[in-house]
Amino acid sequence: MHSALLVLSVFLASIVEGVEALTIVLAIGTTRGWRSTWYGTATAIAVLAIFIAVLGPTLTLIPINVLRVIVGGLLLTFGLQWLRKAILRASGFKPLHDEAAIFEKATAASRKVKHTEQKAVIDDWYAFTIAFKGVLLEGLEVAFIVVTFGANQGSIPLAVVAALAAVLVVVALGLKVHKPLSSVPENSLKFAVGIMLTSFGIFWGSEGVGVHWPGSDAALFGVIFLIAVTALTQVTWLKRRYNRLNAKERLA
Amino acid sequence: MNILKRFGSFWYHFIVGDDWKVAVGVVIGLAATGYLAHNSHLRVWWLLPALVVTMLSFSLWTAIRKK
Repeated sequence: MHSALLVLSVFLASIVEGVEALTIVLAIGTTRGWRSTWYGTATAIAVLAIFIAVLGPTLTLIPINVLRVIVGGLLLTFGLQWLRKAILRASGFKPLHDEAAIFEKATAASRKVKHTEQKAVIDDWYAFTIAFKGVLLEGLEVAFIVVTFGANQGSIPLAVVAALAAVLVVVALGLKVHKPLSSVPENSLKFAVGIMLTSFGIFWGSEGVGVHWPGSDAALFGVIFLIAVTALTQVTWLKRRYNRLNAKERLA
Repeated sequence: MNILKRFGSFWYHFIVGDDWKVAVGVVIGLAATGYLAHNSHLRVWWLLPALVVTMLSFSLWTAIRKK
């Protein structure tokens, strides 16, 4: 059952980051040309693959309880960061991630940079660098989740397959519509991933430091339920507060 | 800014993010849970979830207080 949750968490996280990376790649590719953009994208994917290939097996050498404390602590910190942002966005205190606006901004910025023709493999270093940086930074979060989840569950290949499946879905959709995937409910997905990362972090971190969960592995569902209810309650409470503040501002 | 500083700053923002108090709370929470699990007869499975719920609420409250 944990494997199914692992696949779901990695898949959803990869969809979110894939959509963000696709926006950057599309913006650069359509304004600067595709050759160098593809080289930048492919190089970033290769770096991420090396990161997973090196770090993944290294983590599995660490004793399981120590690994659970490290991974639990990191996932918890990382997951709370995602969840906090998603709650602030859902309640209105932080603007929603707007792929169309990001696309427009990146397109305008890349048009301003002069294109100098070169007869080299990489004919446009600006396109290469922006695509490389965008895919690497967005992909790093996915690689981090793949490595930590996979190592702890003893199934890095399964986590990699889930991430690759998500990337293929995003690329296929991107090629079909040829514009940013603005209709993907990114914040809702981030919200769900934040709940999963935080819950796995609590579960594994506690086990690592010597806690025995009542009901053993089934306790994870209780933790997920608790974090989901807490997060949804926070959204409701913050939304009310945001609306009250807005109403006061309108009256003033 | 030298490369080492930028490298450190990148990983700090990548892992810790906007609220460093959450990261400190996670470390303290894990340490306290581990200590009590090994040195008391209490069943402490509830401690970390309770701390996380409190930390998240506190972190959100400090974020919106400035608005």
